Amino acid sequence: MADASQAGATGMGSRIPEGAGEPTRIQGGGVGDRIYDVVITAFAAAVPVLLLVIFVVVTVAAWPALRTFGFSFLTSSEWNPVKQQFGAAPAIYGTVVSSFLALVLATPLALGVAIFLSEYAPGWLRRPVAFAVDLLAAIPSVVYGLWGIFVLIPILRSYVMPFLRDTLHLGATPFFSGPAYGPSMLAAGVILAIMILPYISAVAREVMMAVPRSQREAALALGATRWEMIRGSVLPFAKSGVIGGVILGLGRALGETMAVTMVIGNRQEIAASLFAPGYTMASLIANQFTEATGDLHLSALMAVGFVLFIITLIVNAGARWLVWRTSRGAGA
Amino acid sequence: MKFRASRRRHVVSAVMGVVTWGAAITATLPLLFILVYLLAKGVTSLNLAFFTRLPRPVGVSGGGVANAIVGTLIVVGVASALGVPVGVGAGVYLAERKAAPLATTVRFLADVLNGLPSIVMGIFAWELVVVPMGHFSALAGGLALGAMMIPVVTRTTEEMVRVVPTTLYEAALALGYTRWRTALRIVIPTAMGGIITGVMVALARVAGETAPLLFTAIGNEYMSYSLTQPIAALPLTIFNYAISPYDEWHSLAWAAALVLIVFVLLVSMIARAVTRSGFARAVD
Repeated sequence: MADASQAGATGMGSRIPEGAGEPTRIQGGGVGDRIYDVVITAFAAAVPVLLLVIFVVVTVAAWPALRTFGFSFLTSSEWNPVKQQFGAAPAIYGTVVSSFLALVLATPLALGVAIFLSEYAPGWLRRPVAFAVDLLAAIPSVVYGLWGIFVLIPILRSYVMPFLRDTLHLGATPFFSGPAYGPSMLAAGVILAIMILPYISAVAREVMMAVPRSQREAALALGATRWEMIRGSVLPFAKSGVIGGVILGLGRALGETMAVTMVIGNRQEIAASLFAPGYTMASLIANQFTEATGDLHLSALMAVGFVLFIITLIVNAGARWLVWRTSRGAGA
Repeated sequence: MKFRASRRRHVVSAVMGVVTWGAAITATLPLLFILVYLLAKGVTSLNLAFFTRLPRPVGVSGGGVANAIVGTLIVVGVASALGVPVGVGAGVYLAERKAAPLATTVRFLADVLNGLPSIVMGIFAWELVVVPMGHFSALAGGLALGAMMIPVVTRTTEEMVRVVPTTLYEAALALGYTRWRTALRIVIPTAMGGIITGVMVALARVAGETAPLLFTAIGNEYMSYSLTQPIAALPLTIFNYAISPYDEWHSLAWAAALVLIVFVLLVSMIARAVTRSGFARAVD
């Protein structure tokens, strides 16, 4: 027991949960307290257990397909339910490209918004702008998809795609060539960019606001202009937090399902052009799950879910670690 | 020379200021653009029949989405019944045992869980409920959404319980309250406003989710109140109508989207209002 209180004092916690870092905690107690401890510990333990169960369930369901196709599941482009051949390469490619495109579009904008809100905005404008950007995160994915089909895609098809291809003569490159159908990788990237913007800008704003006032004032006192102060004192300090926010946005983009399914065109093909339709892992599952023919087809979709699960797990864990490290650095 | 260099620095600073203004304006445009379209296209199809009638086949006018509204409420209700107790319990644990090894793990894994793609939650609920039962059900949809609520409720509860002044806690213990009574009678009621906010934020989020319901709740043409039967939901209705080739259904999709957005924004705003009063109570 003495050992436990020592561990508590150093903030390391102990095997006995009571007293960890809390000087006011009364040890032991009656039966009621013991039941209370067990109950809240059980609820807390439910979180790791849930994650573990999800992992096991998805892995087991994906196993037949993973065993049948092995590594070629990731590299093969053939997705043929009739021939029972399944390769997820086009979906993986589409997921990576659409998410990357979203990051390229959203990151500068989100950084601009964050800098605006933490440095340039007049006081009265701060809350409404922050609220409006945050609200983007509250709009359901399916509503983005609806808007994408009927508003965004027509705009892209009639104005943006011809502009990029013909007016800017980018049609000469493989990325902006070919006919502009509308549903495309570009549409998916744009809609994802709007959807992840609030996540990146919220994290970036938070870490920028965490930069101590004294550090800003020191730069200004040395004669720096406002922008030099931001570049010299704010951005370096906030850098790894901002990167964490960007990766967090990436995690969102990778797993986003409905909006992407509705605008990407759903075609199993790796095309260089952003104007061509594509597929993502999440939209592949969403489209085919209820119509899966046979056990292997279903298992292949589960395997796609498994790959998606692993990728987002790594991306999210990395992002959290970066954000945590920054906020701890700011606290110390 | 020196004068010119300094002038240039100030010009750069001013230009960057303008650039960030531009970024802020650009970032708020999509919101306006989406809300304006929702209002313009959705309002015309909103009438009493929309809220009270069942869907009708293409070509028959006067269909509604009553089943989907009821279905969403039921599925979200099931999700809350699963997600709220676990989330609040875990949140109280995290706030009380800040530094315990389990607390650090749970905190991290709750964030990881929060970032999992919603479609993976659908697969999970499908394997766990739909396969054993042999058919789609409201219960499966509720499980998928409930699992998504847990991390949100956990983290907000933790934050809100931490705001409760230690003096309050100590006073209760000094008066001879046991720890569990202190938690249930003093700590949780004090933090209630904040906890409700967390629950409502989670509700607003899952109410709009479609992907986890695609192969769990799956949808239903008819009114269903049963937990063990397939059930309709507003997001599913929007999805199915939006990808259909019929103009009539497109306008129903816009109207349903408007209803969903109003519901989500209303819940979010009530949550904000509750936080404010909740904070006031906790600090007083």
